[in-house]
Amino acid sequence: MSWIDIGALDDIPVQGARVIKTKMGCVAVFRTADDAVFALSDRCPHKGGPLSEGIVHGHKVTCPLHNWVFSLETGEAQGADEGQVPTYDLRVESGRLLIDASKLAAQSAA
Amino acid sequence: MQKLVVIGAGMASGRMLEHLFEAAPGAWDVTLFNAEPRGNYNRIMLSPVLSGEKSYAEIVTHDEAWYDTHGVTCRFGEKVVGIDRDRKVVIGEQGEVAYDKLVIATGSNPFIIPLPGHDLDGVIAYRDLDDTNRMIEAARPGARAVVIGGGLLGLEAAAGLRLRGMDVTVVHIMGHLMERQLDEAAGYLLRRALTDRGIEVCCSANSKEILGEDGKLRALKLDDGTELPCDLLVMAVGIRPSVALAKEAGLETGRGIQVDAQMLTSDPDILSLGECVEFDGQIFGLVAPLYDQAKVAAQTLTGEASEYIPREVSTKLKVTGCDLFSAGDFAEGEGREDIVFRDPARGVYKRLVLEGDRVIGAVMYGDVADGNWFYGLIKGGTDISEMRETLIFGPAFQGGASVDPMAAVAALPADAEICGCNGVCKGQIVAAIEAGATSLDAIKATTKASASCGTCSGLVEQVLAVTLGDDFVLPTAKPICACTDHPHEDVRRLIKAKELKSQPAVMQELGWKTPNGCHVCRPALNYYLLADWPLEYQDDPQSRFVNERNHANIQKDGTYSVMPRMWGGMTTPEELLAIAEAAKKYDATVKVTGGQRIDLLGIKKEDLPHIWADLNAAGMVSGHAYTKGLRTVKTCVGTDWCRFGTQDSTGLGIKLEKRLWGSWTPHKFKMAVTGCPRNCAEATCKDLGVVCVDSGFEISVGGAAGMELKETEPLAKVATEQEVIDISVAFLQLYRESANYLDRPYKWIAKTGGLEWIIAQVVDDLENRAALIERFDISQSVYQKDPWAERATPHYERAWSPLADLTKEAAE
Repeated sequence: MSWIDIGALDDIPVQGARVIKTKMGCVAVFRTADDAVFALSDRCPHKGGPLSEGIVHGHKVTCPLHNWVFSLETGEAQGADEGQVPTYDLRVESGRLLIDASKLAAQSAA
Repeated sequence: MQKLVVIGAGMASGRMLEHLFEAAPGAWDVTLFNAEPRGNYNRIMLSPVLSGEKSYAEIVTHDEAWYDTHGVTCRFGEKVVGIDRDRKVVIGEQGEVAYDKLVIATGSNPFIIPLPGHDLDGVIAYRDLDDTNRMIEAARPGARAVVIGGGLLGLEAAAGLRLRGMDVTVVHIMGHLMERQLDEAAGYLLRRALTDRGIEVCCSANSKEILGEDGKLRALKLDDGTELPCDLLVMAVGIRPSVALAKEAGLETGRGIQVDAQMLTSDPDILSLGECVEFDGQIFGLVAPLYDQAKVAAQTLTGEASEYIPREVSTKLKVTGCDLFSAGDFAEGEGREDIVFRDPARGVYKRLVLEGDRVIGAVMYGDVADGNWFYGLIKGGTDISEMRETLIFGPAFQGGASVDPMAAVAALPADAEICGCNGVCKGQIVAAIEAGATSLDAIKATTKASASCGTCSGLVEQVLAVTLGDDFVLPTAKPICACTDHPHEDVRRLIKAKELKSQPAVMQELGWKTPNGCHVCRPALNYYLLADWPLEYQDDPQSRFVNERNHANIQKDGTYSVMPRMWGGMTTPEELLAIAEAAKKYDATVKVTGGQRIDLLGIKKEDLPHIWADLNAAGMVSGHAYTKGLRTVKTCVGTDWCRFGTQDSTGLGIKLEKRLWGSWTPHKFKMAVTGCPRNCAEATCKDLGVVCVDSGFEISVGGAAGMELKETEPLAKVATEQEVIDISVAFLQLYRESANYLDRPYKWIAKTGGLEWIIAQVVDDLENRAALIERFDISQSVYQKDPWAERATPHYERAWSPLADLTKEAAE
């Protein structure tokens, strides 16, 4: 694994998200009410909606375009919808956000 | 045809006439006197009318058409002055009517305690629609009311007045509330629940004197010297059978008009029923025995043998959120035993009173689901020795432990009574369902179950669900979402009643099932809180849909559209130049909208603060084209240019837009002002439209031109621009305060039962109009700010840019 510092935890609003640009496209970095953080591809598998702009509730996010709901933990679509969003390893260390770039890189190599 | 005269058009005589017309159509020529200037309505539902949950029109049981169909001669608003039994005539104020049979159903009079000052202006009883309307008129938010009497009626009055925003104190002479129906423990829980919703309760309090000033009520003085200042004093201390007319006519009377089991008075041609009668030493105040009497009276008239047998009655309080039930006799006594269940955390209390192996009384608070089952055991005198150990847990636990909430209803026998008011058993409802009545309304129409006080409608729905299985879809009061069991209406009411001022408070107090809601309930809660507590609540951007959070409309490719406000659809060459430059600079597609504005499409999120700064610099502000809030005020050119124009429609549109912009509403709100009835600005399909005419302005509301197409309905016609503005502000504020989130005004109007109530609030009642405007202005002091100017800052430029750009990192 190779961890890259992408910013401070406090740069993300609670129950909100920010995006980072990668060669794989945008990745949404979420912060939940209980201060857990998650990184998922910022593209809804349904019609490409920006998940980073969705309403965050529990450990879930609702796509702003057509209200598909995804688990932030697994990236899986909830309820009757079927779909999967790629997830990335993300951790917080001394208030900094570190993302595992190897998966991003691995994918770009593939 | 025989001549029947009925004195009193109340619930008892109304039901009797229904039975009579069914059994012997066309056999009777009926004349109906009523002192109130209206026909029969459901008096039990006056409490929801008082609280604003229902309108008068919704509680009418017999309308003009009904009386017409059955050939009833209605003499409403006319008092009967005497009965001449020798000549067999009833003497009304407007003349005499002869009868073959006479029915006296004069009901009861409220008891007014003869305290000094009881005749002051502002002291009223709570008995009929006129009393209710007087209370509604007096109920200004912040005004103070005292209710004397902590019984059923007094508490319903207190809760209704509180919901209308008054400060309410209940003064009760006994040691605990509703002492005739509740024991002390349940009375305590009820008192706590009322206190929690802001109603003061004084028990063991003796009223001494009503104090006034210049003939107007000022305060109630208790015998310990306490003065309770008030603008309204409601006496709800009990009723007395109205016997004067019968007594004068020489009929035998005691506390009430004496009747036998056939409902005949001491004169065999005169019957009596309802709250005015005395039978076997008993008098009556609840509806169930009255309906039984109505049936007997109708049978006596048609010559059928019948006998009235008084039965046990049960009571429920119609105050939203206070669930209590009582039935039978629950006084302590020798040879009686109690089974008590308490759950302090949930505020649940249940007590059964046993005599030998039978249940003779039940009191329940907090969880009343099993009430009718216990009531059935009481009435049936069932031997409960076999199930005594689990009795208190209700029918679901008898014979195998099922936790299915439907089990209780499924377990009820066919003769278990579901609707106490109308005496409808489960079997009758099941038969009606099998005959095709598959909705609550259909059940009401065919069996009358839940058609009176309505508290059993939940049980009726459960019978529907049990009988129909999966075919049954619960029709009304859907919860907001899966996070809660409460529908929008309850949440709105409870936010105000319990003074909940934050999302965590709402979710905790109302038992949300998820830690922080979901995308359905959070935007609704955020709106309700900011609308109800503009000064206290802090708007939560994370609970807003993306458009309102980013102050621009997201498009299908994730870019945004930007639309500056053009007041009343007017713009200038300078503004157009600035828009053109911005469009070029940010590579926008330009579209002219139906709301007389210009839309710039295809703007990237990180460019938003920049384009806003550019448009701000040219004097433009956000058009709020993305909000549940005021959108546009569309206008025509009016008297400025048009040869048909009757008023300055453009100027008025601009004034309205400048007054209302920035306010958040339950759904988007579109307006228009058009200069003449040719209606070029299409004002009659807007949420609020103004049509200018020579003599002034016609305001109409509730139009729609989206998925549904609806023409507006007239709200008011006024002479001045100022009145247009005032009424528009008041209407918008009433909508803000009482509509469900995501209900456009036309839906809201339909749910309030039509425009009548709204017209009363914003047009007729000037004081209320002023109060609405004042509350709107308080909200505007916080929310009428240009969101662009607030966000065209370096902070937002940073916050709305990507957190990091890894595309520039060298590949590993």
